[in-house]
Amino acid sequence: MKRSIPALVSVVAVAGVLVLLPFIISDYNTFLVGEVGIYFIAVLGLNILTGYTGQISIGHGAFMAIGGYTLAILSRDHQMNLVYGTLIAFALCFAAGLAFGLLALRLSGAYLALATFALAISVTQLPLQYSTYLGGSLGVQASSKTDHLFGWSLFGVHIPRWSLPGPAVLTNKWIFGVAWSFAAVLLVLAWLILRGRVGRAFRAVRDSEIAAVASGVERGLYKTLAFGISAAYCGAAGAIFVMANNGFAQPDEFNVALSLTLLIGAAVAGLGSLWGVLVGAAFVGLLPNISTSIPHLGGHQDVIYGAAVIVVMLVAPSGFAGLLARLRLLRRA
Amino acid sequence: MERLKTVGVERFVILAILLAGAIFLLVGCLTSTQFATFTVQGVATGMAYGALALALVLIYQATHVINFAQGELAMFTTFVAWQLIQWGLPYWGAFFVTLAIAFLLGMGLQVAVIRPVQHRSVIATVIVTVGLFILIDGVVDWVWGGEFKSLPQPFGNGSWNVGGVEIQHLYVGMTGVVLASLAFVWALFRFTKLGLAMRAAALRPAAASLAGVRVDAMLAIGWGLAALLGAVAGLMAEPTTGIFLLPTFMQQVLVYAFAAAALGGLESPIGAIVGGVAIGVLQALMIGYTPQISSQLQLPFAFALILAILVVKPNGLFGRRQVARV
Amino acid sequence: MSALLELEDVEARYGPIHVLHKISLAVEEGAIVAVLGPNGAGKTTTLRAISGTVRRSGRIVFAGKALGRTGPAGTARRGIAHVPEGRGTFAELTVWENLRLGAYTRRGSIQADVNRVMTYFPALAERRRQQAGTLSGGEQQMLALARAFIQRPKLMLLDEPSLGLAPLLVAEIFRIVRELNEKEGLTVLLVEQNAHIALQAAQTGYVLETGKIVLSGTSDELRANDAIRASYLGY
Repeated sequence: MKRSIPALVSVVAVAGVLVLLPFIISDYNTFLVGEVGIYFIAVLGLNILTGYTGQISIGHGAFMAIGGYTLAILSRDHQMNLVYGTLIAFALCFAAGLAFGLLALRLSGAYLALATFALAISVTQLPLQYSTYLGGSLGVQASSKTDHLFGWSLFGVHIPRWSLPGPAVLTNKWIFGVAWSFAAVLLVLAWLILRGRVGRAFRAVRDSEIAAVASGVERGLYKTLAFGISAAYCGAAGAIFVMANNGFAQPDEFNVALSLTLLIGAAVAGLGSLWGVLVGAAFVGLLPNISTSIPHLGGHQDVIYGAAVIVVMLVAPSGFAGLLARLRLLRRA
Repeated sequence: MERLKTVGVERFVILAILLAGAIFLLVGCLTSTQFATFTVQGVATGMAYGALALALVLIYQATHVINFAQGELAMFTTFVAWQLIQWGLPYWGAFFVTLAIAFLLGMGLQVAVIRPVQHRSVIATVIVTVGLFILIDGVVDWVWGGEFKSLPQPFGNGSWNVGGVEIQHLYVGMTGVVLASLAFVWALFRFTKLGLAMRAAALRPAAASLAGVRVDAMLAIGWGLAALLGAVAGLMAEPTTGIFLLPTFMQQVLVYAFAAAALGGLESPIGAIVGGVAIGVLQALMIGYTPQISSQLQLPFAFALILAILVVKPNGLFGRRQVARV
Repeated sequence: MSALLELEDVEARYGPIHVLHKISLAVEEGAIVAVLGPNGAGKTTTLRAISGTVRRSGRIVFAGKALGRTGPAGTARRGIAHVPEGRGTFAELTVWENLRLGAYTRRGSIQADVNRVMTYFPALAERRRQQAGTLSGGEQQMLALARAFIQRPKLMLLDEPSLGLAPLLVAEIFRIVRELNEKEGLTVLLVEQNAHIALQAAQTGYVLETGKIVLSGTSDELRANDAIRASYLGY
């Protein structure tokens, strides 16, 4: 699956647009597009699970929660900076995802979905139970000292700082930059993972579990791996999400609606297209907010959003990726 | 050729455990009036959970999809009932009219938004139900948003005193109504030609077609029935959720219904009911005896339990082990 | 006299794979017609094309009316009973429920008919309440036949009734098919790999190879044909 020149050009074009955007559009819209970046990372991860291995999860908000809380706690207790914090959230959630994947190995289809639902509900209740360490319903706040990218002092080892100019409060442009920078890096990582043997194995798991077993693919290994990777991505997204939330990690932010939002994003994206992920992320990031700004419909954005979700699925059941595939077929004919 | 075990050793063990549980409850009720009060309450609310769980199971059996909108649909029909009462209908009149409306609405939704995608993609169908969830929320807020409303009590506030135990009319009524609905649905499936056709359409759609069954129509009727059961669940659960009729009241019930369906097995109607009652009773006993565990922890506890059960029995307690035809 | 069933230039595909190439055949009322051929020739697809299980083009006329785009449920209502590969019975339901389902398109009481059907399938009569999945192979095939027959069809499509059965049972099944044909006037179009027994039961036959009819004629003619004898009859 070599990327052809036109595809590379499109990627560069999109990257160019993204770089210019914060200077063109309003501050609030910059924040929105920044959020799209966060959703991009999460949906990219979930798409690896759902699109490539066909396992449906309605609980990946839980991994965003774990990632977000990890960052907030590391910042609060160890003044860890945001990049390292996000990396640790990524790694921790990878482990958590692997663990859950192993646990849920025997489950499939709807039962797996219900198990992920159980995970989502349970994880978001934990802060309420262990409120001293996890902050209860008010959540954990990241330390305001950690608005720099690198530089950290732990166990007496001092790594030099690298500060970005700007106020102590995280600005919308800053969030935009961080979100999309991570998104770019993680996108490249995903592309590398999926084009190789691992990606083929994932597709084998999705297309036919039985055939995959017969052809010697260690189905369990790859199913679990898919969980781990998708969880890691959601963890990173969760960490940046907390940054965007003024450093607050709160249980309400990571409720079931978030998991459903991610799933909608993955479905709109469709199976097997990285462009689709961009469309999916934009759909769930922008649509609910756009309808609030249309004056006549004020307050009824749920009706619009819900109807939009239904219509999109009816028109494009295989998501954006499906539409692309159909277009390619037409072009060939 | 598929050889189906009629009663395996596993089933026997599960039935034995359930029997032990039932005996435990019975003994508890006889020895402690408090225990009995909690149990009665638990059975009643469990019935409501079970009704919604059965709705989920009906749809799952036919289409292999979890209908995320089942709870919100039930909430919607409850608001419809409220509206009918506002327009002058007595409670029970509104109840039956609502059931009819729910049936038609369920059928209509299946034809309009589910049928186009159900054969093409499982995930698209699931997302459509999620979209319905959001849409219904929005519509209810639009039409009935604003000041708080309340429904009249279907069974009044009285209670019977049975051997020192206060048994509220409400709980007996809830249990009775749900049981009656279940009996109706059961009879439909067991004794009527239509019910048989619906079962056949769910089991083997291709073979059912060859016998002349219009499978798509059967699926629509299935959705209608599920919506009807959901309406019953909503109307019966509502009095237990507080003074006011709030749009969020079914969300908690849906979660418990999921748990019940997972516990009992998504393919088993009986499992859904038993699961629902089990969860209802467990919940009532937990709230009653261990209030120090914050009420928010009930849910994760229930789910941790279910997760544990699913690990051991991946298709739920009553689920059939899937024989994969290679 | 026009035939009960006529296929004219019927084609069928599975996605991009073209399986049937302009098939034409006719089934007279009251006859048993056999379609023979090797694996993968398209015999099953032919039956599926008739019952509407698979999309097809070309003309199919049944009892004087064209079948158009009717799906399987519609063709069942028109009077065609298709016993598919895999028998089309419901393993999870009881024998009685399977039969009841077979009579789905019928109105009114079917009790008399059920009794009549049971006289042809005594083995099933004793097993009414048994789950169909627990029946033996031969009994399941009989159940499939009974389910189709109780539909009171004008035409029955049989897909490889001998598959997976011991010779004694195969003989029994075909005996029942011949009985239904003679006593009840049931027209049968059957598809078989076992050419020997198929030609014994049928009056006319077609030979299908790679989606095309290569030979047709009465059973006697086919049995006398050297190529048929070599390839399908083994002598």
